[in-house]
Amino acid sequence: MDARAVESSATPGTLSGAKIIAAIKASGIEYVLSVPDIVTSAGLLAPIARDKEFKLIRVCKEDECIGIASGLSYCDKRALILIQHTGFLDSINAIRGVAVEYRQPICMMVGLLQHDPDLAPRESNRYGVRIVEPILDDLGIAHHLIGADADVAKIAPAIGAAYREPHPVAFLIGRSPS
Amino acid sequence: MMKRNECFRVLARHITGEAVVATYSSAVDWVEIAPRALNYTSIGAMGLDTSHGLGLALGRPDRRVVVLQGDGSLLMNLGSLVTIAEAAPKNFVHFVAQNKTYEANGGHPIPCPQVDFAAMARAAGYAAVYDFSDLDRFTQQVAHVLEQDGPVFATLHVEPSKPLIYDYVSLYDPAKRVAFKAAWLQR
Repeated sequence: MDARAVESSATPGTLSGAKIIAAIKASGIEYVLSVPDIVTSAGLLAPIARDKEFKLIRVCKEDECIGIASGLSYCDKRALILIQHTGFLDSINAIRGVAVEYRQPICMMVGLLQHDPDLAPRESNRYGVRIVEPILDDLGIAHHLIGADADVAKIAPAIGAAYREPHPVAFLIGRSPS
Repeated sequence: MMKRNECFRVLARHITGEAVVATYSSAVDWVEIAPRALNYTSIGAMGLDTSHGLGLALGRPDRRVVVLQGDGSLLMNLGSLVTIAEAAPKNFVHFVAQNKTYEANGGHPIPCPQVDFAAMARAAGYAAVYDFSDLDRFTQQVAHVLEQDGPVFATLHVEPSKPLIYDYVSLYDPAKRVAFKAAWLQR
């Protein structure tokens, strides 16, 4: 897979949850699969849970999302996985098998827990955050840092490409959306 | 004690347009008994079979999904019982072949071989739960099991089978995934 995107520079500014949700809707996402993440809890998951346009599936463990999204893709249904980077790390084998080896359109939005939004993830003070982008690179998974409103425009085209080609994609949420 | 392949031969008489998600030893037995485009055997990681099945069931509520997995697989994704019960797909039927071993990985025992999966499914909130140890009783009731509003769960108490040949190249064949999708999307 050659769809790497290394966009690890932190973008100054604010990040609107409403704009991210609008971009998710514009991407044709019908299902949101999630384990709560404190970075995205108030700004994304809570409003998504209230939004009747989404079907929210609350799962017990993040790797379940990979299987559910794959099953939905066989029905031509689009899903977004909303998790924390710890859950991403816990799900690596499922991501390896389903997203990478089977080239499934697994779309992940990953909150970077305890990350300083003014730093690039690779320069984070948190070891768990620092390794996320290198792991995505090694897996050959396209990824985009969503750290400010200016980054939100990346979401819909990337999800469209993921389902069209198909391939997995990850959006790294670098600051808590308002 | 029942044999898994005998149970599956009985089950196969009742399977028509359902997706059948089958993995490891269950997949080996199932695809030999019922080779068909609507078999889904590429799950990517052990234990994810129930999650793939849930996605299929949510995405096509007009068609039924049958999951055939072993006890070792369920133990790797035990939380999926709760997720499935909460999502409550009426078209989801979940069989667990309990042979008390990780059969595909050398036949070593699972932790707590007597674990009561039916009780777990019931406690999680499955709509209907069954437990079969006798082939005649399974034969009599399988049609009824498949007709229930889901999520439906059934433990099949089976003995470990003779050594199987695991043809993962065939089970994970990308062409079969393409064929599955074409068949599954048909109205």
